[in-house]
Amino acid sequence: MTARTPAVYSFSPRLLGAAAAGAAAELAGLGLIAAAAWLITRAAEQPGLAALSVAIVAVRAFATSKGVFRYGERLAGHDVALRAQATTRERLYGALIPARPHTPGGADLLSRMVEDTDAVQDLMVRCLLPAAGALVTGLAAIGIGLVVLPPAALVLLAGLLLAGVLLPAASCAAARRWTARIAPVRAELAARVADLVHGAADLAAYGANGTALAAAEEADRRLAALERRQSRVHAAGLAAGTLVQGGTVACVVLVAQAAGAGQVATAVLALTALVCFEPVLPLAAAGERLAGIAEALRRLREVGSAPPAVPEPARPAAPPPGPLTVEVENLVVRHDADRPPALDGVSLTLTPGRRTALVGPSGAGKSTLLAALMRLTEPESGRVRLTGATGDAVDLRDLDSDEVRRRITGLTQDPYVFRASLRDNLRLAGPDADDETLTEALRRARLDDWVRRTGWDTELGEDGRTLSGGQLQRLALARALLHDPEVLLLDEPAEALDEAAADALMGDLLDATRGRTTLLVTHRLRGLEQVDEIVVLEEGRVVQRGRHEELAAVPGYYRDLWRSEALTSR
Amino acid sequence: MNRDLLRLARAERAVGRHLAVCLGTAVLAGLLVLVQAELLAGVLSGRFAPAALGLLAVVVAVRALLGWAHGTAAGRTATAVKTALRGRLLARLQELGPARLSERRSGELVTLTGRGLDALDPYLTGYLPTVAVAGVVPVAVLARLFAADLASAVIVLVTLPLIPVFGALVGLHTKAATERQWHALSRLGGHFLDVVRGLPTLRAFGRARYQATVIEQVAGAHRNATMRTLRVAFLSSLVLELAASLSLALVAVPIGLRLLSGSLDLSTALLVLLLAPEAYLPLRAMGTRFHASMEGVAAAGQVFAVLDGETAPGGRGTGIVPAGVPEIRLEHVTVRYPGRGDAALEDVSLVIAPGERVALVGESGAGKSTVLHLLLGFVLPTEGRVTVGGVDLADLDPDAWRARLAFVPQRPHLFAASVADNIRLSPAAPGTPGDPGADVRAAAAAAQAAGFVEALPQGYGTVLGEDGAGLSAGQRQRIALARAFCRPGASVLLLDEPTARLDGRSEAAVVAATAALARDRTAVVVAHRPAMIEQADRVIRLAAGRVVSDQPAPARIGEAP
Repeated sequence: MTARTPAVYSFSPRLLGAAAAGAAAELAGLGLIAAAAWLITRAAEQPGLAALSVAIVAVRAFATSKGVFRYGERLAGHDVALRAQATTRERLYGALIPARPHTPGGADLLSRMVEDTDAVQDLMVRCLLPAAGALVTGLAAIGIGLVVLPPAALVLLAGLLLAGVLLPAASCAAARRWTARIAPVRAELAARVADLVHGAADLAAYGANGTALAAAEEADRRLAALERRQSRVHAAGLAAGTLVQGGTVACVVLVAQAAGAGQVATAVLALTALVCFEPVLPLAAAGERLAGIAEALRRLREVGSAPPAVPEPARPAAPPPGPLTVEVENLVVRHDADRPPALDGVSLTLTPGRRTALVGPSGAGKSTLLAALMRLTEPESGRVRLTGATGDAVDLRDLDSDEVRRRITGLTQDPYVFRASLRDNLRLAGPDADDETLTEALRRARLDDWVRRTGWDTELGEDGRTLSGGQLQRLALARALLHDPEVLLLDEPAEALDEAAADALMGDLLDATRGRTTLLVTHRLRGLEQVDEIVVLEEGRVVQRGRHEELAAVPGYYRDLWRSEALTSR
Repeated sequence: MNRDLLRLARAERAVGRHLAVCLGTAVLAGLLVLVQAELLAGVLSGRFAPAALGLLAVVVAVRALLGWAHGTAAGRTATAVKTALRGRLLARLQELGPARLSERRSGELVTLTGRGLDALDPYLTGYLPTVAVAGVVPVAVLARLFAADLASAVIVLVTLPLIPVFGALVGLHTKAATERQWHALSRLGGHFLDVVRGLPTLRAFGRARYQATVIEQVAGAHRNATMRTLRVAFLSSLVLELAASLSLALVAVPIGLRLLSGSLDLSTALLVLLLAPEAYLPLRAMGTRFHASMEGVAAAGQVFAVLDGETAPGGRGTGIVPAGVPEIRLEHVTVRYPGRGDAALEDVSLVIAPGERVALVGESGAGKSTVLHLLLGFVLPTEGRVTVGGVDLADLDPDAWRARLAFVPQRPHLFAASVADNIRLSPAAPGTPGDPGADVRAAAAAAQAAGFVEALPQGYGTVLGEDGAGLSAGQRQRIALARAFCRPGASVLLLDEPTARLDGRSEAAVVAATAALARDRTAVVVAHRPAMIEQADRVIRLAAGRVVSDQPAPARIGEAP
């Protein structure tokens, strides 16, 4: 995506300002030493105070301004960096909005993506600005050299090119190479440690702890050996920097003495050479960091490159007015070309005001069916049609996917609690709702007592840690009720709750959904005698359908599950 | 230095040695800067012959060499510390044992033992050497300055402490304000991650696009707040920078004037000019590395908190396991997990006869898995005792006892290894790594796993992803079940919901296979599904840690409740 690169350049006036301040700080440092060297060596020739007054003023001015310029650079630099990061994040978010077939799942991956956006900040503060300062300082030093003694300027140029271009390039390449070599070993170590922790029971039961421990220690040894070798290479880079700096100073002195330059000129040249390396030498470390930054930016560019899970219609059809009938006809959904389809010819109809339950073992395709209804996944064949009050049928594919989700949605899997107040967490499902409506939704989800105790403006913690599993599901239910979609989807609302909480929630939920078009996915059968139709899904196909009494009377998955539920509960 | 790390350096000789070399070379290289300044001042002032340039080159070369040695030693120190800590953490994980590991936030432990330790790198390779240099080099520079020129030395001596003093003053003055702001910042900074994580929920209500504008506003607020903080935070670095450069001006200008009056020679003047900045440099370097190093200190704190935490109670038994299929007794066993109010098992007494097939049923949390963990020796009874063939389980050698068990946990872990090695988990089992052998094939076939395993790209040699990635829940369950089948010598079978997550067809097959496996063995099976319970001789129902019913399995069970 070419549009992403300009994140670096789009703040160029500010970036230029920051770079100018940084360069000024470096120049002041260089000027301070050069002027002091001139002052001292010239004073040794005892020319009279008047001859020195300019140098004295210069020394004091440079000394004062250096710190101020540096302060300015750091502030301006961070401002630019934060702006660039904000732009990068906005673009990343934009790229994440459409659902993808393999949604970047896993909190780890998301955290890494968010960390990757920090790379842009580093690119500014740790690479671009230091490089600009080093460039200006180097040019200034060469300028001083040209004025005082041109051959010395050539020596300086060679030294600066070595330390400022060759070394950073080499450390960047080395960092890339070593990261590539170390990463798999690091992953291996992580996997071995994970085996020891997550597989502790299996290992202990089978007496295999020793081998697993040895494997982890072996991975650690290999990682340590690689890291030691990497640190030697890194150290060699630093040593090379010292050599180039010292060698350049010595050569400059040699050249100046051979050319018969005076004491003043030699001293100024030598100290200029010594000091101008100060901003240049850290560029090796910047080069090393650059390798990681480039990798992070590449990953960010890839985020938006996978095609969305569902194509949006070029000219979306108008959504039919409610109440809606949903007709699923022979729906086939395949997640992976070389695997059997997740849904293999499913048909069902959701009629206004009727409640349907979907049961079946995990992996049977229940969640896939919900995803298809919410336009989060594209069917291979078959179709889903919406029929409104006017009797016109519209294919789901012809609608804007957001419009579909405004009408067919509800309590989805893994509901998320934002780090925000309870009010805001609820309101996202109904931005225009007044307090009365909010309270009503909470009351129907049986959260009203809890709200009375904790209050509307309680900040809900990270990952909703201040909520119990039951409260989390109830909050999600309240959101679904507040949103009041034409077709209410409820995906395993009692998932991860203990028996008592699950029973209570299911009871409340069946009360709250009476008279609504509802599709309820569940693995608990208690209370299902209240729903109008039960559809049993196995391996992507509808194997049974009917009312509770019918299904409980015939052999099959439903009766088995019903009996085992009876056995395991009181 | 961090106290715990110091303890580690003392205990581990390799760590101590590398650390000494690392710090020593850093200090030596710092001191050589003095020699370098001496030579350069001599050459520039004409006091030394131009040939001294050769000596200067040698000094530079030695400095480079020392720098290389320092970097190498720093790398060795870091890897030695990390290896030592990792080794201790891994040993500690063994000590904690499976039952206690599952209580802890195990993901955090994995991260800490792996990537978490890398946070020590900046502390060990960057901050510590800088501290050593800052302790020695400024003093040496001052000493040389005193010898060379008293007036300049006094100026440096007076201004040098300004750096830490001003640093501390500015820090103190702004500490509360900055801390408050950093706190606010981290919350704002977390907002983006929060929104990205909640994107599926936003999408489900058609709010994803709207949130983009919120992100923009929050980023703006974040930037403004950060800049307000930084304006203050950077003040300390402004003060440091000013102190250093103004001191240089304070030294240089009087020297110039004294040269003018002839009361100072050029060589000394140049030496002072070259040396003075070197007195300030290490202190400033220390300041810049301080923040990065703090993460390392925090990581070390976490590691030592785990290492120094309470140890598992009890020692290891060494008793010999009775031969044959033993009788198992639980005598008034109560199990309490630390930090939990209710007992997991409360006064449970059971006798399981040799060869009996027992089904444990009850709600989740009733204590069924705890019974299995007791029999495995993962948890010890808080009160009462478990006996095996009349011997207290706590007195038996746990490894020898476990060698007689075949166990399938509720959530079996699959290892990032070949399918064959996953089935033949026990190192004592015959066969060569990667080669299935007849026993593995037979076990897989018995566990209804042979079909899908043979369909995998490399069959039994297929290396599984982390925790069995690429396999369905049912397939993973069947591989774990094959492990139990791969222990023909086991006399007791412990299965925790072996047919959970299986579809009807595989369930029937696994139930049949389990029945075959249980022949001539004792079997204790946590079961939910009727097919599995029907296989049992006896059904024990647990509720809230107590046995509520214990009766022979009915010939026909479970009408609708």
